[in-house]
Amino acid sequence: MSAVAAAAAPRRTALASFTGAGHLIRFMLRRDRIRIAVWTVLIALLYLGSLAPGGEYSVLDDDPEARAGRAATLSSPAMIAMGGPGYGLDDYRRGPAAANELILWVTIALAAMTILQVVRHTRSEEESGRSELMRAGVLGRHAPLAAVIVQVLLTNLIVAVGSTLALAGVGLDPVESAIMAFGIALGALVYGAVALVTSQLSESSGGALGMAFGVLGVTYVARVIGDIQEPHGSALSWLSPIAWVHQTRVFVDTRLWPLGIAVVVAFALLVLAAVLASHRDFGAGMVKVRSGRADASPLLSGPVALAWVRQRTALLWTALGLSAMWFATGTILTEVPNMLEAVGDNPLYDQLLEGSGDEMVRIFAAFIAAYSAFGAGAYAIVMMLRAKAEEDATRAALVLAKPVARLRWLLSGALVAAVGSLVVLFAGIWAMALGGYAAGLDSIGFGDFTGLALAYTPAVLVVLAFTLAVYAWAPRASGLAWALFGWMFLVLMFADMLDLPDWLRGLSPYWWVENTLSDPMPVSHTLGLLGVAVALVLVALVGFRRRDVHG
Amino acid sequence: MSDTNPAVEIAGLHKSFGSFKALDGLDLTVQHGQVAGFLGPNGAGKSTTIKVLLGLLRADAGTARLFGGDVWRDAVELHKRISYVPGDVNLWPNLSGGECIDYLTRLKPRGDKARRKARKAELLERFDLDPTKKARTYSKGNRQKVALVAAFLDESDLYIFDEPTSGLDPLMEAVFTEYAREAKAAGSSVLLSSHILSEVEKVCDTVTIIRAGVAVESGTLEELRHLTRSSVVATVGSDPSRLATLPAVNDLVTSQNGAGTRVAFDVDNNAVGEVMKTLTTLDVRGLTITPPSLEELFMRHYGDVIEPETEKEAS
Ligand SMILES: Nc1ncnc2c1ncn2[C@@H]1O[C@H](COP(=O)(O)OP(=O)(O)OP(=O)(O)O)[C@@H](O)[C@H]1O
Ligand SMILES: [Mg+2]
Repeated sequence: MSAVAAAAAPRRTALASFTGAGHLIRFMLRRDRIRIAVWTVLIALLYLGSLAPGGEYSVLDDDPEARAGRAATLSSPAMIAMGGPGYGLDDYRRGPAAANELILWVTIALAAMTILQVVRHTRSEEESGRSELMRAGVLGRHAPLAAVIVQVLLTNLIVAVGSTLALAGVGLDPVESAIMAFGIALGALVYGAVALVTSQLSESSGGALGMAFGVLGVTYVARVIGDIQEPHGSALSWLSPIAWVHQTRVFVDTRLWPLGIAVVVAFALLVLAAVLASHRDFGAGMVKVRSGRADASPLLSGPVALAWVRQRTALLWTALGLSAMWFATGTILTEVPNMLEAVGDNPLYDQLLEGSGDEMVRIFAAFIAAYSAFGAGAYAIVMMLRAKAEEDATRAALVLAKPVARLRWLLSGALVAAVGSLVVLFAGIWAMALGGYAAGLDSIGFGDFTGLALAYTPAVLVVLAFTLAVYAWAPRASGLAWALFGWMFLVLMFADMLDLPDWLRGLSPYWWVENTLSDPMPVSHTLGLLGVAVALVLVALVGFRRRDVHG
Repeated sequence: MSDTNPAVEIAGLHKSFGSFKALDGLDLTVQHGQVAGFLGPNGAGKSTTIKVLLGLLRADAGTARLFGGDVWRDAVELHKRISYVPGDVNLWPNLSGGECIDYLTRLKPRGDKARRKARKAELLERFDLDPTKKARTYSKGNRQKVALVAAFLDESDLYIFDEPTSGLDPLMEAVFTEYAREAKAAGSSVLLSSHILSEVEKVCDTVTIIRAGVAVESGTLEELRHLTRSSVVATVGSDPSRLATLPAVNDLVTSQNGAGTRVAFDVDNNAVGEVMKTLTTLDVRGLTITPPSLEELFMRHYGDVIEPETEKEAS
């Protein structure tokens, strides 16, 4: 375009950079309509199930003793980590309970949904080359960005309306219900904006997801530490978008301004994403790719070496990131007994915690260790499913056309994933120990922490072996591995609330792991878990020997 | 394994994906030391056949052997003697091209190191490939070159190529042809699936054409070539009417332009020389001869030979 024409039509070109956004939005909504419906229904069901008559919280309105009991439970550190900063504990009715205990989970769930949505529609599209096709059509430069923003806004709006209806429907104040539901949506949108930024930074969708979920994890831990440090949260809590929703004190003493922070931060992140987007090339990240070596190091020989080379950077960052989180969490271990004193001589509390501050610390430490084990489990699944990515990208075929036996190739991937996930497990639990020692913890020895990590080892291997078996038999069903992960999390968090029978809880390998800081792990459990892991590996080998490898 | 066995021996091969029959009783043989072209329209089952040969896909019925060994059961043993280049090479994005090559060749230890190193340098030079670039930054053609270099570095007994030059520029295609010939001269066998007929013509001794999972024609190139025609466009100064009398000239069109008379016609390939003799007497001022595209070959091939046969079968 000539300079004159360009100057004459600045408005037109600015608008033109959004051309086609409407089309894109319709297309995205079509692709996501089932997901959106499922999320909305699931979250509404969560509210209905817990707050409606017969649900976990239904007794709170009528029974003062139940209120006091539940409030006391919710002041323990482990419960603060799983709940909220404790507004409204002195008159803990359904509304305050919903705010204190459910905001966290719904925000995390919606944040995860939004992050996945953003990355799926931006970076993954670009990576796969699909959006190259679209952009070559009539589509402005900023249209994809604008479209995905509108898309996540709409999605969260739909979920928020559904949530408001559910909350008001069980008899809570409609205005407060709306504030809680829309506050959560705002919190989730902040994470969506984070994902939009990370999608510009990383040139792989895996990297973009990793960074965005890293931010979710760190801000979650900041909230946990902050809320445990001081009742109703310390300054640290305020670093977390989840806390901004909590701090509206909805259903207790409502104030709206904390949501203003969410709006401002989300907007700033959007601007940042837009600036980054217009400064990078299509398909590229912000980091320029450097050139590599002309000849491979002598160590790069064989599938194990390759799997290691492909994984070591991710392992380093995952282990470092998670360890830093667990280290920080470890530093509050010593504050747990102080909290106990602060609660004073509440008889309910004594009863609940069997009196010992030391035991409290052990329970809380084991609780963090369980989280760390979840980190390791997720790592195991992600890394094991890299085998599927290798197959889908036809790289597996390149290797299998060489004198490399199928089983060797498969087990190489499994071996490296296993070592990596155990590194994540041990590093996390040791980091928590070091955090504790740094803050003066002396009641739990390093050997005890190591023992706890060892106790989780066979369970983590079961998760890995299950993923391996699913991939080996039916790569298209590999989502089952995440279903198991989700189930394990459900069992950890909500087993009692949902009153699950033991056989259902037992489907989670982690359910069989004892808190070895308090009680020894039965040998039968260890052997049983190892047996299951070995059996699953054998099943995987049988399946992978006989199936077609595509690519 | 003795070398009296054919390099590739496929008989009555069946492979279905769900209810879809990708291979429906395919026969194909590549004799030791032979270069065999493997042609067929999109979706005919060429890549499927090759993946069965590589032991990636499991055949439903029929036999598939390499050097007399079972492609599924003896895969690892057989793979010590073969090289494979797919038509769409994907590499490990964070490795450099050189690392990818070394990794792939190290999976199959053969030959001494110094010799290999020298050969790698030579191949990189000939294919004009920068090995220090990260694989994610390679263009399509350069990814293809990485796989080709790794394959020719191996010095295998059998090379299996599935559209190996897709995305290569003509210069590089010529380099590929040269190495394929070199491999043949060294006594190796080659199975080359390709849509580029000129490439097949340059290197292949025999050709097999498959359609819908069955071999519809196989034989030496000469046998096939007589069925094909090239198109000729020339500008001549003299009267071209003599051309019309030649039996090998088909669909002659003449028109006047500034430089003289423009003639366009198709010529049976086995009679090109004879037609050229006549053409050169006509005061040629410009000349292009285009070999038939694969599609043209197919259309003629099927049109002339296959359809009457299928009609016979139907009646
Ligand atoms: N994994 C699969 N699942 C289902 N159908 C498949 C699968 N792989 C191949 N097919 C089908 O089998 C047929 C043969 O495919 P194949 O890739 O062998 O064709 P081709 O001859 O290599 O074609 P092209 O020239 O386009 O490369 C096609 O119709 C294809 O759609
Ligand atoms: Mg093909």
